[in-house]
Amino acid sequence: QPQQRPWFLCRNEDLKEMLESNKESLKLEAMKRIVGLIAKGKNASELFPAVVKNVASKNIELKKLVYVYLVRYAEEQQDLALLSISTFQRALKDPNQLIRASALRVLSSIRVPIIVPIMMLAIKEAATDLSPYVRKTAAHAIQKLYSLDPDQKEHLIEVIEKLLKDKSTLVAGSVVMAFEEVCPDRIDLIHKNYRKLCNLLVDVEEWGQVVIIHMLTRYARTQFVSPWREDAVFDENSAKAFYDSEEERRVDQSKPYIMDPDHRLLLRNTKPLLQSRNTAVVMAVSQLYWHLAPKHELSIITKSLVRLLRSHREVQYIVLQNIATMSIQRKGMFEPFMKSFYVRSTDATHIKTLKLEILTNLANEANISTILREFQTYVKSQDKAFAAATIQAIGCCATNISEVTDTCLNGLVLLLSNRDETVVAESVVVIKKLLQTQPSQHSDIIKHMAKLFDNITVPMARASILWLMGEYCEHVPKIAPDVLRKMAKTFTDEEDIVKLQIVNLAAKLYLTNSKQTKLLTQYILNLGKYDQNYDIRDRTRFIRQLIVPNEKSGALSKYARRILMAPKPAPVLQSAFKDRDRFQLGTLSHTLNSQASGYLELSDWPAVAPDQSVRNVEVVEPVRLPCIYLVFKDNENSDDSNKSSSSQSEKSSSESDSEKKKTLKNKKPQQQKLDSKDSSPVFVPETSHELLHRMTGKGLSAQYRFTRQPCIYGNSMVSLQLTLSNSTDQALENIHISEKSSTGQNIHRFNAIERLEPQASVTVSMGVDFNDSTQAANFQLCTKEDEFSVSIQPAVGELLLPITMSEADFTKEQGKLVGMNESSATITMTPENVSSQSVNRKVVSVANLGVIPSGQENIYRFSGKTVSSGSLVLVSVVLKDPDAVITINTEKTVMGSMLLRQVKTALTNSGP
Amino acid sequence: MIHSLFLISNAGDLFLEKHWKSVISRSVCDYFFEAREKAVEPDNVPPVIRTPHHYLINIYREKIFFVSVIQTEVPPLFVIEFLHRVAETFQDYFGECSETTIKDNVVIVYELLEEMLDNGFPLATESNILKELIRPPTILRSMVNTITGSSNVGETLPTGQLSTIPWRRAGVKYTNNEAYFDVVEEIDAILDKSGTTVFAEIQGVIDACVKLSGMPDLTLSFMNPRLLDDVSFHPCVRYKRWESERVIAFIPPDGNFQLMSYHISAQNLVAIPVYVKQNISFFETGSSGRLDITVGPKQTMGKTLECLVVTVHMPKVVLSANLSATQGTYNYDPVTKILVWDIGKLNPQKLPNLKGSLSLQSGAPKPEENPSLNIDLKIQQLAISGLKVNRLDVYGEKYKPFKGVKYVTKAGKFQFHSPYWTIYGPRRVAAWQPPSSARSPSRRLSAPGTPHLSPLGVEVSGEEPLPLGGAVWEEPDHH
Repeated sequence: QPQQRPWFLCRNEDLKEMLESNKESLKLEAMKRIVGLIAKGKNASELFPAVVKNVASKNIELKKLVYVYLVRYAEEQQDLALLSISTFQRALKDPNQLIRASALRVLSSIRVPIIVPIMMLAIKEAATDLSPYVRKTAAHAIQKLYSLDPDQKEHLIEVIEKLLKDKSTLVAGSVVMAFEEVCPDRIDLIHKNYRKLCNLLVDVEEWGQVVIIHMLTRYARTQFVSPWREDAVFDENSAKAFYDSEEERRVDQSKPYIMDPDHRLLLRNTKPLLQSRNTAVVMAVSQLYWHLAPKHELSIITKSLVRLLRSHREVQYIVLQNIATMSIQRKGMFEPFMKSFYVRSTDATHIKTLKLEILTNLANEANISTILREFQTYVKSQDKAFAAATIQAIGCCATNISEVTDTCLNGLVLLLSNRDETVVAESVVVIKKLLQTQPSQHSDIIKHMAKLFDNITVPMARASILWLMGEYCEHVPKIAPDVLRKMAKTFTDEEDIVKLQIVNLAAKLYLTNSKQTKLLTQYILNLGKYDQNYDIRDRTRFIRQLIVPNEKSGALSKYARRILMAPKPAPVLQSAFKDRDRFQLGTLSHTLNSQASGYLELSDWPAVAPDQSVRNVEVVEPVRLPCIYLVFKDNENSDDSNKSSSSQSEKSSSESDSEKKKTLKNKKPQQQKLDSKDSSPVFVPETSHELLHRMTGKGLSAQYRFTRQPCIYGNSMVSLQLTLSNSTDQALENIHISEKSSTGQNIHRFNAIERLEPQASVTVSMGVDFNDSTQAANFQLCTKEDEFSVSIQPAVGELLLPITMSEADFTKEQGKLVGMNESSATITMTPENVSSQSVNRKVVSVANLGVIPSGQENIYRFSGKTVSSGSLVLVSVVLKDPDAVITINTEKTVMGSMLLRQVKTALTNSGP
Repeated sequence: MIHSLFLISNAGDLFLEKHWKSVISRSVCDYFFEAREKAVEPDNVPPVIRTPHHYLINIYREKIFFVSVIQTEVPPLFVIEFLHRVAETFQDYFGECSETTIKDNVVIVYELLEEMLDNGFPLATESNILKELIRPPTILRSMVNTITGSSNVGETLPTGQLSTIPWRRAGVKYTNNEAYFDVVEEIDAILDKSGTTVFAEIQGVIDACVKLSGMPDLTLSFMNPRLLDDVSFHPCVRYKRWESERVIAFIPPDGNFQLMSYHISAQNLVAIPVYVKQNISFFETGSSGRLDITVGPKQTMGKTLECLVVTVHMPKVVLSANLSATQGTYNYDPVTKILVWDIGKLNPQKLPNLKGSLSLQSGAPKPEENPSLNIDLKIQQLAISGLKVNRLDVYGEKYKPFKGVKYVTKAGKFQFHSPYWTIYGPRRVAAWQPPSSARSPSRRLSAPGTPHLSPLGVEVSGEEPLPLGGAVWEEPDHH
């Protein structure tokens, strides 16, 4: 009977009914409630059969919620989970990349060992998918499969190796993550991809950046020699720590250090990321600099780290820990920012303690007075634990900087009059530690403490004072017995630690001054003998045997004085962060100060650099996939991105390295080279041409320039940028290009500008189909009141778009375009034009052509296509000192000869 | 990386759990509860807690602990930053990030968490992408959804994730194209009683609200970019353009986002817009004290100070305050011991004053620490650093957007301290200063009758004895 079942079963029963109904909305409602149960941690596993039926639902949200459920319970319901597998296998073949990716995501999240072979297959396939998003998902799936079945390691490494070669920024972070998890020791897989990763880094998403930076830090420490050698010359002291042996030092003195260009590449490409909004990225770059950069370059990370202190409390905590470790070794880095470490009353306790630690580390002769004054305010803090920590810090400063030891001691002695017990107690403890380092000069302080003794109630403090009395009783011969006398009176009321010290004091005085204290000692020992605490009884018996000679005590009592009065080594007050740098900064292990599982050790620099050539990448590599390259020139002027499309696949990548860019272009498959826009312009001239002078335009002036970009308005159009300025003193309205006026060319007009304020200017873009002819495009530029006839006369070089091809393809195509289609000329080069750079520059400045990397030194090749018809235009310049032969091959013979004339003029003219 | 996430309310109620790998029993949170209890204040819970088999990395935000479970080595900041991003996403979606809103929207929360991490590694954290995947709830939509049974999940598949501009959604269209920028600066400062700046810096952010169609490429330039010596950017900003030209070039995300933040630490650049004359003293006898505060304008660049609020954290022994304000209202909360004086707009002709007496718990010793004052204020139409936006250019699109820049200055952590007050009070210093030759402690201490050895509690004025002595401690250091 439903009534007798517990309520939650009843509810689940009704959920089951809802799931089995025909109505989507009911099913969805049921799934939402189930997800609510999962979120609360309630068990909903018994609904598995009813839920899994909906795995193939058409409703996206319902499907997603079923996925959530499936991933949560598949491990518990393995047999039933298998029912869903075929759905995913089907979805893996879906034409939509996002569906393929999501199928792989869920499939790989189902932790059922029996499907390992299916997962392996799916991952292998996805790793060669055309979509970078699917490949990214494959990289994630690698880790999942590895944790499910570590035996697959070898196969997975193969997939990782393949994916590491991927040039997509989407994949890079994820595959490096998989690498770190599965095979972090296979450094050899990184070599060939090292430069690519460095160059991609700035465009990878934030989380991937962190992972890649940490991995590259480890990599660099195994591949490059230490850049810290130079310091040896300048700074003997700090350098000492960095050398393991004398021998090594001799080696580097004989040979000057030159940084590997790859080492420099990493440092250079990570530096801009210090400006990231993501604190983890900033920390990652900082630790990279700490572990890899020459010491004199370290200072650039300081400001960024200090900036992170503005972030959330938890971020501050981690950053301060890392700064604490850094500041021990290199005070100079953070000293200018000392005030950023001042404690605020609103800081959390662990933040306060860390700031105190750092301030202590930063203290030196010059700034100690400022720091101590700051400490004075902390001592008065309401937060007594913090006040106590401050007193410890003062103690640390006192031992580290001998100039202020006396001042600090005085200050601490004054604190003994403080009203707060914790402060007093802590002061006594710290004074005790300080006095231990130089007791003889400070008998006054000991006397003073004895005087305050009656007012001090904290047991630890009392115990410390008593220990001091005993230890240095010879410095205060009159006071010590008196203190003992008082203690004898109050012995029974004292805390245990105080009692132990009373016994100690009695014993020491008995040995040094038995005349005055013999009776007192005996009295105290008798009290101790019957104490309730067995430790005290024990100690009393031991002391009595040791100091009072009798027949049983034997040889030991002879040495009693040497045992009890032996000089004790002073305690070392040092930072808790002293040896933290054995862990890589920024890691969990560093935070915990113990090795976390999965921590990867940072190796020491190799004494001799391993082979550098392993990172060299061959220029030409066969490419299997037809792809799009979205090339950002140096990542910065992304305007000159270019696209090329093929089939339905997409691939994007951005490169900072120009050499790389050429490599990529080279690899473009042959059949593609004529279809649409292929390569970014090598050179975009800045010069603009007058379209309308302000005198003729009644105050409206217009200039145009060729952007050399593929036109977005039409494939056969040339893209132009128009700058319109208003030099009148009133606004011009409705500026547009008249519809009727054009002379045959197809013009894409810019949208009418409603209003142009006086002295303002606006830039618009337009497209003109010149139909592969240099005939001017005439049209009317209109304002509300006027019409102006204008014309644009293109240079032949602007009617081209660059494309790239391999040298072999070039020669092949050139062979097809001979006879009528070839025009050539011989010129005499001016000597300054002979260099390769200058030839390239001259040619690309007159014509929008792509540069083809040439195998021969004296031959330069350029290729492009006409904008309108897409005919090939091939230009080659062969230098035969002092002459040069220019050859142009194109079907468009008129354009060919015009272009020849222009290239000729350009190469014979001197000047830039 | 991130194994599981638990959301725990301040009251200790574990109200949501999500696992990205195998399920981890919620009993792992017992270690967290233990630490929570030990810390007393929620702020004092250590962000990283070690348990025998796991590590718990947690953040505390909006009265909720986000506790993540980690099994292997991971940069802790990676997790912390991610957890904050989760909280921000909730805030973005639900207007606020609270236990109630999360419980009310548990399905959306789950869908979001599912998209944000894959196998514990961040997948989609950009708000533009997430909003394409999962639509934020609106009152209208939730009503329609209940009636029609339609869903929150976007029908279209997001394309942004596939591009190299992952922060911008595709196909943006507006009839009115507009771009607004808010330059918001906060002054953090500590001033001593004499008004000397101990510490001052400016924290600035530029918040943007960009509603532009298509793929606009924006360039924002400043009149005086040299002011900005330390900046951090939204990932959309091209670092190298900033390095070479000091302009901010970016393809913006759609909607609201923080474009950049900056930090001006050079103290000579930080103008202090307000001064405070304060006198708070406590009498040893009679269990009472006196308070007298006057606020006035200092370097305001001709602008009006608004929303002026003075907050004083009184010592625990202050029971009540009997004051009179010439402007605004004051309120003393005897439980939290916070005195709040809400002044409002500052009139430079008639400076506001708050004056009167404080009554103390009888018999309690007079407070040791003199309270410091916190100031809150706002100045419209002014960036206190002097930063000015020069122009915004739009490339790549042909419309002419409406553009606007707004400047606001606020007080951040703005404190008037009195730490040296008691120490440097003229009478005190004269009485307590050791003879200049007597730097050796032994001589100072052995001199009989020096005040150092006098018993406690004989002070009658409202001041404390010099707690620490010695010449090194004396010179004030305010560069």
